[in-house]
Amino acid sequence: MNAEDRALANRKLVKKLLWVIAGAILFTIALVPLYNVMCQVTGFNGKTGNSAEQAAKSMKVDNTRWVTVEFTSNVMPGLAWTFYPKQTSIRVHPGQIELATYVAKNIANQEVIGQAIPSVSPGQASLYFKKIECFCFQRQTLKPGESKEMPLTFFVSPDLPKQIETITLSYAFYSAVK
Amino acid sequence: MTTATDVHAHDDHHEHHPAGIMRWLTTTNHKDIGTMYLTFSLIMFLVGGMMILGVRAELFKPGLQLMRPEFFNQLIGVHALVMIFAALMPAATGFANWLLPLQLGAPDMALPRLNNWGFWLLPPAAILLTLPFTLALFGIGDGAVATGWTLYAPLSVQGGLGVDFAIFSIHLLGISSVLGSINIIVTIFNMRAPGMTLMKMPLFAWGWLITAFLLIATIPVLAGAVTMLLTDRHFGTHFFDAAGGGDPILFQHLFWFFGHPEVYILLLPVWGFIPHILSAFTRKPVYGYKAQVYSFWAIGILSVVVWAHHFLTVGMPVPALLYFMYSTMSISLPLAVLFFCWIANMWKGSMSFETPMLFATGWIILFGIGGLTGLVLADVAADAQYHHSYFVVAHFHYTLFAGGIMGVMAGVYFWLPKMTGRMYNEKLGKLHFWLTAIAFNMTFIPQFFLGLAGMPRRIPDYALQFADFNMISSISAFVLGLSQLLFVYNIVSCVRGHGEKAADKPWEGAEGLEWTLSSPPPYHSFTEQPVIK
Repeated sequence: MNAEDRALANRKLVKKLLWVIAGAILFTIALVPLYNVMCQVTGFNGKTGNSAEQAAKSMKVDNTRWVTVEFTSNVMPGLAWTFYPKQTSIRVHPGQIELATYVAKNIANQEVIGQAIPSVSPGQASLYFKKIECFCFQRQTLKPGESKEMPLTFFVSPDLPKQIETITLSYAFYSAVK
Repeated sequence: MTTATDVHAHDDHHEHHPAGIMRWLTTTNHKDIGTMYLTFSLIMFLVGGMMILGVRAELFKPGLQLMRPEFFNQLIGVHALVMIFAALMPAATGFANWLLPLQLGAPDMALPRLNNWGFWLLPPAAILLTLPFTLALFGIGDGAVATGWTLYAPLSVQGGLGVDFAIFSIHLLGISSVLGSINIIVTIFNMRAPGMTLMKMPLFAWGWLITAFLLIATIPVLAGAVTMLLTDRHFGTHFFDAAGGGDPILFQHLFWFFGHPEVYILLLPVWGFIPHILSAFTRKPVYGYKAQVYSFWAIGILSVVVWAHHFLTVGMPVPALLYFMYSTMSISLPLAVLFFCWIANMWKGSMSFETPMLFATGWIILFGIGGLTGLVLADVAADAQYHHSYFVVAHFHYTLFAGGIMGVMAGVYFWLPKMTGRMYNEKLGKLHFWLTAIAFNMTFIPQFFLGLAGMPRRIPDYALQFADFNMISSISAFVLGLSQLLFVYNIVSCVRGHGEKAADKPWEGAEGLEWTLSSPPPYHSFTEQPVIK
């Protein structure tokens, strides 16, 4: 190979490799939506879907089984609220629609908007934990010193795998962002 | 270091390169650039080492003696980033620059100007990474990145300006290694001597070829992840911020999608060194050449599908845990093939134990321990106990200090006579090996037991019952650190032209095109390409 041919061959190969790098960058960007879709479809990482009204209509209550649903709460740094569940746990039959209530209070001296982010563990249960109405569907606004009861209507799908007897629902309240 | 006085009649026009600092700033010569990479690597190795000696000094006794916990956190994170990106990776790239043209029978690297740029991105990156330490002294910011090298969100989303410096430093380091990789791939594909087919290529070139492919495929993922981190921090996005619907676990996936191949990026060039050294000092040809090449490929490919074993305890569903456990364990099969090839290479060889061979044999044993403890960690059930403990710290130092840096040291002693034209001091070399090997084990064996007993990593204080083992570990770490001065002495004295003159082929059993050139080789390696039959 003479010098010119070699320079040409080098340039060609460099171009190909740059395409590989461009592909890797695109792949990285694509991973973000792929990851979210993957989590919603499989329930990995405790991500729950949103409203479940449709499923609730055509469902039978499984009276032979009890499932314990536990409630926990966190307030993230940057949000001057207190936030806790009124009940620490409820025993439910799969398929039965239940109401749980959290209480939030703004202890800051200004109006604050918060957003609750739910997480269900074990992760496998998150596909079967359905929320019909939830304070986490919208942002919540509290005036200075205001206290509010925040309701949550949910059911556990009768398809819940047999080995799961306890489901923990955790809410993290964040200061809502622009 | 090459001297500028090797005059060859047919390349006169190349000989008038600038002198002094301009020579190094503008050089496009593969040996000059290789030398700069290796020098940079050695300096950063010492810098990163001093940082961790600060950490070991703090851990000498329980309680807080020397530093604030925030500073401790900065030291461990920057130590790791410096050692991985500024010491081990540039050392491998330096060797690639020095050796690939010599071993492949090429006049130079394929893209010499890109090569120069690739190197000169490194010093600014190292300055960016460590500058926040200095800025903090003047009351600007709160010091360097304090998140550990993994930069996990949400901690890194909330961290101080050190995180931003680290992000930009990683961008520069990433661009540098991607440029270096392009150059290496093009050199390997297009610049080999006539007759040298891919399957006649030295194993070092094979190791680097796969490393380079892994780099161009995974560095963009890291660059993308830290860029998302940057926009989360400053531009109101929520990739990793749960408040806006993001997910911090996503960062772990992105990070380790790069991070696990990175382990093999660091190790594959070293796996390339070892067969050359074993073959030279056993006076036997490389054993199982094809098996080693295929194992390199198998490990390279497997390395990009096992990433989540770095966070098995994060709460993945059982099928995912099983997948990542079995795929991780399956890497041990091609790795075992490599181990058997290395051992078989020594079988019935007429062995002699000069310093490079001491490092290579010690390397096999210590890297073996690193591999086996990795199997323990890959076990989902066991990992629940060992995760984030000192067991993990000991494990990855067996793979990256023994498996990485001691392998590089074997290579340095092996090729130093070729590069400098001088023999190093054999007695000091052997002393360096024994001090390093013993002090290394004394540093990290106690850490295995500390981890088993439940001592968590990345914490500046510990419970009283861990005191004795930590004291042993700290003292040994200082011995390990100080004995590296022998290494520096040996290199500096060769570079300065002390020591015996080295023959063109200082090791009688060595094979390869690089030994057909003079020691040190002429400024332009093969102006006429050799023909391989």
